[in-house]
Amino acid sequence: MREPLIFEISKKGRKGCYLPPCDVPTQKVGEMIPEKYLRDKKAELPEVSEIDVVRHFTKLSTYNHGVDTGFYPLGSCTMKYNPKINEELSRLTGFARLHPYQPEETAQGALELMYTLQKDLCQVAGMDKVSLQPAAGAHGELAGIMVIKAYHEKRGDLKRNKVIVPDSAHGTNPATANMAGFKTIEIASNARGEVDLEALARALDDTTAALMLTNPNTLGLFESQILEIAEMVHKAGGLLYYDGANINAVMGYARPGDMGFDVVHFNLHKTMGTPHGGGGPGSGPIGVKKRLAEFLPVPTVEKADDGSFYLNYDMPDSIGKVKAFYGNFLVMVKAYCYIKALGTDGLKEASEVAVLNANYLMENLKKTYHLPYDRICKHEFVINSKNLKPYGVHTLDIAKRLLDFGYHPPTVYFPLIVEEALMIEPTETESRETLDDFIAIMEKIHQEAIDNKELVVNAPYNTVVRRLDEVSAARNPIIRWKKDE
Amino acid sequence: MRYIPNTSEDRQAMLNSLGYEKIEDLFQDIPEQVRKAAVFDVGQGMSEYELKKHVRALAEKNQTVDQCISFMGAGAYDHFIPSFVDQLLLRSEFYTAYTPYQPEISQGTLQAIFEYQSLICELTGMDASNASVYDGATATAEAANMAVAATRRNKILYSKGLHPEYAQTLKTYCWSQGFEVEEVDLEQGITSAGQAEEKLNKKDAACLIVQYPNFYGCVEDLEELAKKVQAQKALLIAVVTEPVALGILKSPGELGADIVAGEAQGFGNHIAFGGPYLGFLAANEKQIRRLPGRIVGKTRDVDGKVGYVLTLQAREQHIRREKASSNICSNQALCALAATMTMSALGKEGLREMAETNLQKAHYAYRQLTSLPQVKAVYPGQAFFNEFVIELPKPAGEVIEELRKEGIWPGVNLSVICEDLNKCLLVCVTELRTKDEIDRLAERLGGVL
Repeated sequence: MREPLIFEISKKGRKGCYLPPCDVPTQKVGEMIPEKYLRDKKAELPEVSEIDVVRHFTKLSTYNHGVDTGFYPLGSCTMKYNPKINEELSRLTGFARLHPYQPEETAQGALELMYTLQKDLCQVAGMDKVSLQPAAGAHGELAGIMVIKAYHEKRGDLKRNKVIVPDSAHGTNPATANMAGFKTIEIASNARGEVDLEALARALDDTTAALMLTNPNTLGLFESQILEIAEMVHKAGGLLYYDGANINAVMGYARPGDMGFDVVHFNLHKTMGTPHGGGGPGSGPIGVKKRLAEFLPVPTVEKADDGSFYLNYDMPDSIGKVKAFYGNFLVMVKAYCYIKALGTDGLKEASEVAVLNANYLMENLKKTYHLPYDRICKHEFVINSKNLKPYGVHTLDIAKRLLDFGYHPPTVYFPLIVEEALMIEPTETESRETLDDFIAIMEKIHQEAIDNKELVVNAPYNTVVRRLDEVSAARNPIIRWKKDE
Repeated sequence: MRYIPNTSEDRQAMLNSLGYEKIEDLFQDIPEQVRKAAVFDVGQGMSEYELKKHVRALAEKNQTVDQCISFMGAGAYDHFIPSFVDQLLLRSEFYTAYTPYQPEISQGTLQAIFEYQSLICELTGMDASNASVYDGATATAEAANMAVAATRRNKILYSKGLHPEYAQTLKTYCWSQGFEVEEVDLEQGITSAGQAEEKLNKKDAACLIVQYPNFYGCVEDLEELAKKVQAQKALLIAVVTEPVALGILKSPGELGADIVAGEAQGFGNHIAFGGPYLGFLAANEKQIRRLPGRIVGKTRDVDGKVGYVLTLQAREQHIRREKASSNICSNQALCALAATMTMSALGKEGLREMAETNLQKAHYAYRQLTSLPQVKAVYPGQAFFNEFVIELPKPAGEVIEELRKEGIWPGVNLSVICEDLNKCLLVCVTELRTKDEIDRLAERLGGVL
């Protein structure tokens, strides 16, 4: 039987938490807080014992598929193995039990770690200065685009109100540009799946604030004309923004800074092996070239002449703050541990094997599935299920059928420029055997689609729930439990 | 080879099967100039044991709140966390999963978020909650964004009692979108109702943002402010940085707030040098479709079984792209899970008990400290929950320095936030402080003044 809601196992009088006693002389509550501010009805939290809570959430965990459960080739998300040592070290009381406002002298270890992480990220990306403040990739994008806005404003270049994005871009790119007050100009990709230089030339003018680009792009293809693109954008007075979702493909082979990018965000929860947590917390630091450093969010972590570390708020041209405090510190600890464990050679090797695994999968899967852009890929690639359409089977069906075999499906229906897309990213932490098994299952499903359509379009069968009615969920939203229900 | 299973033989065989000789062949599509430049140095890799030693040494350079008696709050609250919470967070099915895009194999995350949304609604007195955002400061900025969309006005009013870091974040977000921002002053520690009314009467404000209890600890009269705000067709946004207070205080929803934004770190998440935390964002029925970020809804599967899915996705960036209500595409799922587990364990009675213990201990501390002849209460007569401001006869920084030597962190120095509060200390007392510790603070503070 499915686990009920925690509210549904509530029983009056039960308690799962044993608090420190109130050992001070007490006053009547009404003497401390005027009656009009006091709750007359307690919040309807569940009443459960400790074992009830523990069993409830343990049961819920078994309804999930994580990287530790099985292969998770979710394109664009870099679902690599999350090293356990990093979990252990980020939980040290010397990190978890620090108050953000405690004196800097008492947090030197934390500040040193952040300072070194800033430096290391500069190295990996070829940038001059990093801010660790943004909490996630999309948050980094927003901070980065704000930095670009501040740069143009400071120069009095006020007519630059447009951000160019390719049609293969992550959805966050146009949403970010809009949130930072820019108009988005979308340009079409060329037949090779890359930025079309002619379309770019037409879009560029003296109102261009920036071009946002992922390289390798969302098709998993390296933009081979990146140096020409950078020159064109810079010549028009715009800046280049690098969406760092795909850095796992190129460490040691290409740095955004060397390609001509001015601003980059990192997804530490992708590239640097920190766990995704079922949707967060992530961490999305941004790196910039020297001429943009003064606009970064405050504070940055600096090293004083005496070797001590401090938080620098003295940045008059900073965009300000994009969140409270200094960023997702405990996630930074995990990313730091990852970088230190792998070192320079290890990071390069991670990218090499990520790319090798992706090409191996691609070459084998293209024997059954259609591959719209047939060339070397980087860490991911996009196939489609076009040739199954005549049988009435779609990408969604293949994804659902994969669930029955214990796989998390690839990213589906993205990028938008590929019909019936399946975007596959194996990462470097999977073995050849795992890839071979996956290829075999993908071939099997392909055959099933041809021989036994019903089997595939009604999948999954082996999961805790089967296909869910998303349409009525959105039409008549029930988004909370209520006591009377 | 770190974390990579494929041996060099595996790799060579795979390369050969693809028709390549060496790994570099797979990077030929990168311009040579870029490849040649891509040299970097982050040092040599460390073995697991070396790493442990190295990182432990860094951690040991820090002084933790467990090694002293801390009275620091100001948006980061040290509350009791049951031991089971962290053990369950280490269930890797939770922490190694991605956003629940495939609901059939993500029911654990989805149901937990549904429970989280329900708990936040109960706590805030609102109809709807999203799945959480980055933190309280960004929740506040997102709430302002919602108010602009709802009213088609683009001026944001916020009370000076809003956490200064939240106000800074709000200003950054508003600058980038071209919204105007105006501060409403405090009178005796709470939002000036007169000044708020005056500014609202111009009928160009989308919202008024008020923290409850506010940054200086005072409980604001939300009900009165709500009336003034809504009379001018603007929205009242209540911001809560200390959610435990809602165990005893009337919910902002009951007092008329249209949107409640805040920080739920106080439930189950460590203070952790400022993050990761989780922002909550709840709204009344009218604003549901303006909420940014993930929302989980209940539905049924093809066999009629109950299940949960991400819903109302037409608001979001992966569908709407530049027309989305926000660019956010994640939540702080694991932090929200910790908060959900902690709120569940506390339960209806436990939350009330926790809130009352905070209230009693903070008020005891207030009485002890303000009975010292050299210490002055800054906002006498104002209701407060577990934080209050005192004024000292000398700069707060000096006092903090002296008490630190005795293992006491007496509070947050307000001079770094506001020049006219240069001798002021923001003192926070949670359920974790004992009577002896409070007495010791009073005694030692008296000693150094």
